[in-house]
Amino acid sequence: MSPRPDESPRSLARAGLYLPLALFAIIVGFGYAGFELNDPHQLPSALLGKPFPEFTAPRLGEPDAVVTRDALVGSPVLVNVWATWCVTCKAEHAELMRIKTETDLRIVGVNYKDRPDEALRWLADFGDPYEFTLEDRDGSLGIELGVYGAPESFLLDAHGRIVYKRVGDVNPRVWQQEIVPALQKLETGA
Amino acid sequence: MAAASVGRAATPVDVYEFPDPATEARYRGLIAEFRCPLCLNTNLPGSDAPIAQDLRRTVYRLVVEEQASNDRVREFLQQRYGDFVLYDPPFRLGTAVLWLGPLVFLALGIWALLRVARQPPAVPLSDEERQRVQRILEEP
Repeated sequence: MSPRPDESPRSLARAGLYLPLALFAIIVGFGYAGFELNDPHQLPSALLGKPFPEFTAPRLGEPDAVVTRDALVGSPVLVNVWATWCVTCKAEHAELMRIKTETDLRIVGVNYKDRPDEALRWLADFGDPYEFTLEDRDGSLGIELGVYGAPESFLLDAHGRIVYKRVGDVNPRVWQQEIVPALQKLETGA
Repeated sequence: MAAASVGRAATPVDVYEFPDPATEARYRGLIAEFRCPLCLNTNLPGSDAPIAQDLRRTVYRLVVEEQASNDRVREFLQQRYGDFVLYDPPFRLGTAVLWLGPLVFLALGIWALLRVARQPPAVPLSDEERQRVQRILEEP
């Protein structure tokens, strides 16, 4: 029996049958990508590719020694935001010490919303991986960097541009899978 | 009149002074527009996280001490914390899916609805057609 003129041919009707299922699968796919692949607490940095902001800050425990952005320019440097009240920073510390002893990557600390005397004691007790540490007592430098917790780390190229940001600790996996490739990209050449 | 009890979410208390009510209103309006980057699902006044307090203080400084415009405040925070801090993300290639996605699905839904509506209504079998069906079904 030939189909009535106002009926769709069978194959198109079958395609129409599966269309809602296909659309649903697409929506589920988006949902999966959204929920599984990205930790919602890890916001993408708005500063990638931009120069490290201008600032003036004292060196930890030396209120008269004022540091500016110039101190961060010249060679790649890992700027690590940390605090004595931050438990994860304590966990990250061993990896930072390893980076200091085993590589020649400069590490600079930003002591975030902390007490300088406690920070100095912490470094004396556990070891100091930093070339120097800056005081950011009220978190204003942190705000310039889009920091919202500790630890956070920024990798700067030799021109002082932010090329990578890590929200969370720098652990061996992050070092190997994220920071080393970023450093290699700097060497081959942006 | 029955006394109505107003349930209030615990809002953190910042003690700020404002030069006039209009400025205070502008401050309060602005801080409600920004998402707390740590707490994800609440705005700045609704969060007692330290970063929310710092960002409220930043908005206060911009509004009261620097007399920054609302757009300037939004730009300031967005430059540092990204689109995510705005509850109303700007329309860009990256956010196009976010803005257009629902419209696309709505359009698809309307198209599907029209297709179904346009189908001819089921026509009942005529007597002759019903007899033919009977005969076919009764065939051994």
